[in-house]
Amino acid sequence: MRTSPRLKSARLSPADTFRVAGGGLRARPLRVVLSALGIALGIAAMVCVVGISASSQKAFDERLKALGTNVLTVGTDSQFGSGAPMPRQADAMVRRVEGVTDAASTGEVKDAKVYRNDRIPAAESNAITVLSASADLPRTLGLKQAAGSWFDSGQAAYPTTVLGADAARRLGIHQAGDRVWLGEQWFTVIGILAPAPLTPDLDNAALVGRQTAERDLGFDGHPTSVYVRVDERFIDKIREALPRSANPAAPNAVAVSRPSDALAAKHAAEETFTALLLGLGAVSLLVGGVGVANTMIIAVLERRGEIGLRRALGATSAQIRTQFLTESVLLSALGGAGGTALGIAGTLGYALWQGWPPDIPAPVIAGGLAATLMVGATAGLWPAVRASRMPPSHALASP
Amino acid sequence: MTGTEEKTGTDENTAAAAEPLVELERVTHVYPGGVQVLTEVSLRIERGELVAVVGPSGSGKSTLLNLIGTLDRPTHGVVRIAGHSVTQLPDQALSALRATTIGFVFQHFFLAPGVTALDNVADGLLYSGTGRGRRRERAEAALRRVGLGHRIGHLPHQLSGGERQRVAIARAVVGEPRLLLADEPTGALDSVSGASVVELLRELNASGTTIAVITHDQELAAGLPRRIQVRDGGIVADAPRAVAAR
Ligand SMILES: Nc1ncnc2c1ncn2[C@@H]1O[C@H](COP(=O)(O)OP(=O)(O)O)[C@@H](O)[C@H]1O
Ligand SMILES: [Mg+2]
Repeated sequence: MRTSPRLKSARLSPADTFRVAGGGLRARPLRVVLSALGIALGIAAMVCVVGISASSQKAFDERLKALGTNVLTVGTDSQFGSGAPMPRQADAMVRRVEGVTDAASTGEVKDAKVYRNDRIPAAESNAITVLSASADLPRTLGLKQAAGSWFDSGQAAYPTTVLGADAARRLGIHQAGDRVWLGEQWFTVIGILAPAPLTPDLDNAALVGRQTAERDLGFDGHPTSVYVRVDERFIDKIREALPRSANPAAPNAVAVSRPSDALAAKHAAEETFTALLLGLGAVSLLVGGVGVANTMIIAVLERRGEIGLRRALGATSAQIRTQFLTESVLLSALGGAGGTALGIAGTLGYALWQGWPPDIPAPVIAGGLAATLMVGATAGLWPAVRASRMPPSHALASP
Repeated sequence: MTGTEEKTGTDENTAAAAEPLVELERVTHVYPGGVQVLTEVSLRIERGELVAVVGPSGSGKSTLLNLIGTLDRPTHGVVRIAGHSVTQLPDQALSALRATTIGFVFQHFFLAPGVTALDNVADGLLYSGTGRGRRRERAEAALRRVGLGHRIGHLPHQLSGGERQRVAIARAVVGEPRLLLADEPTGALDSVSGASVVELLRELNASGTTIAVITHDQELAAGLPRRIQVRDGGIVADAPRAVAAR
C-alpha cells in the first residue's frame, strides 16, 4: 500500500481562525450580547468593588497622611494603672526623649459636668467629659478651630472653655461667645474645635485651661493622656521609652498607643465588606461562564450542518475544536471588555461622587481580562471537544 | 479527457495514472446501533467519469457517497481514493485529502447565511492553506465559471434555489478537486433549476472533473453516461458505458 507523505492538512492562520470564530458570533448578535452580558456584569462588579475599595483606601491614606501617623498617645492603663496616676509634669518629661518634637497633655476633671444652662437638672447627664488641656495641645495634635480660638496665654478674668466638635453640637452651641454651665459656674465658650479623627476623645470634651481647672474645678493636676508628636524614623524606639519617661515610678501603669493605627484598623474592618462583594462578583462571573457554556452547547447542536460542511471542506477535527474554543473565548472576552469598561466607569463615577481620588489598579484589569479568557476557555472546552468529535457524516445527516 | 487527467495527476506517483480514482473493495458499513447499511459493495470509478447513483430512499446511497468522500470509514472492506487507503489514514490526512482532492455538493446547499456568495465560495479554500486574497480571487473565478459573475456580492437569501446550489457547486470546485460528489443536488430545486445544475455538472465533467451524483430523478440519471443502481445496501445494476474514457 502506498502512503503519501504529502497528505498534510494546512494550518489555519490565526487571522483566519479569528475570522471564522468571529463569523460564528456575528451570525447571532442578540445571543452573543445576552450571553456576554453575564460575563460583563460579573467583571464589572469585580472591577467596581476593587476599584471603589482602592479609591477609598487611597482617599483614606491621603487623609491619614494629612493627619499624621507620627502621633503617640500615652494613657493610664485601664487595667493596671488606676492606682498610679502619671506625674503632673509628665508632658515635660516625655519631651526630653530624643526624637519627640512636641508633647501635650489632657487630664480628666472628675465630677465636673457641663450643661447648656443652670436650669437643667444635674441628673440629666450628657456624657460630655471635662478635660484640662495643656496650652500646646493644638500644635501637638494639629487641631483645627471650627469657631473662635484656643486659649491665649494670658489668664482671662473669667473662666473660659473650648468645646470639642461633638460636645458643641450636643450642647447646641455653634459660635464662640455663648456661655455654658460647667462645674456649677458659668464658662464662656471661646472656641469650638473641628472634629479630630485621630483623638476622638477630644470631640466629646469641654476643654479648660490647666490653671483654670486647678483653681476653679479642683483638678488634681495629674494628666490622664499625654500626646506626643515624634520623628517618625525613631517611632519604635520612642514607643518603648515612653512608659518609663512618662511615669518613671510605675511604667507598667501606662499604655502607649498610636492613634493612626487604631484608625487604620477601623478602616480595615469596614473594608472586609469588599471581600464579600468581590465574592458576589466572582459568583456572577461564574454564572456568566455557565451562560457562555450553555450558548456554546446550543451552538454546537444547532450548527451540526456547518460542522459537517467544514469537515467536508477539509477542516481537521482539531481545527473544528479550535474554532469553537476560539468562539467561546471571544464571546467571553467581549463580555470581559464590556464589563471592564463598565466597571471603570462605575468606579470613576462613584469615586468622583464621594470626592475620592479614583484608583483602578491595573493588575485588577489584567486579572479580570485573564479571568474572562479562562472562563471562556473552560466554558467552551466541552462543547468544542463535542463538535470536533462529531463524525462528519453524522453532522451532515440532518440539515 | 485522459490528457487533462495526466496533467493534473503528474504530482501524484506517475504509476497512479492507471489506477482508478475511486476503488471500493467488499465494503460493508454498519452504523453505530447495529444498522447494516452496505453489504460487501465493490466499485471502481475511473478518472473523468460522470456517474449517477440511483436507488430508493434509504437504500444506502448517501452512506456510499460519504464513504467515497472519506466522511466516514467503512466497517469492513477497503476504500481507496486516489491511491490512498482511507482506513489507514489518520484524521489529519483524510482532512487534507478532502481539502485538496474531493469536493462536495449537498441537497441543502449549506451556505452560511449573512455571508456573500463570494465569501461562501472562498471558504471552499479555507482549509487548503491558501491566503485570503488568493482565496477570494479564485472564488470570483469559480463564481464566473458557474455563471454567477453578477451575483458575487449577493447574500444567500437574495438568490434563487438554483443559484444557491450553483454557489455551493462553485465552493466545491474552487479548489479544483479531482473528484466531485453531489448528494441529490437537484432534490430541493424545481425542474428548470435542476436541469441547469445538471448542465453545469456536465460542463465540469467535460473539463476533467470526475463526478458522482446521487439523484432521484430517473430522467436525469438516464442522460448520464453511467448509472449505479443501489438497493438494500448493495449495487444491483451498473449500467453501460462504464469506463467511458479508458
Ligand atoms: N448516522 C446514521 N446512523 C444510523 N443509521 C443511519 C445513519 N445514516 C443513515 N442511516 C440509515 O442507513 C440507511 C441508509 O441511509 P442513506 O445512506 O442515507 O440512504 P439514502 O441516501 O439512499 O436514502 C437508512 O436506513 C438510514 O436510516
Ligand atoms: Mg440520501
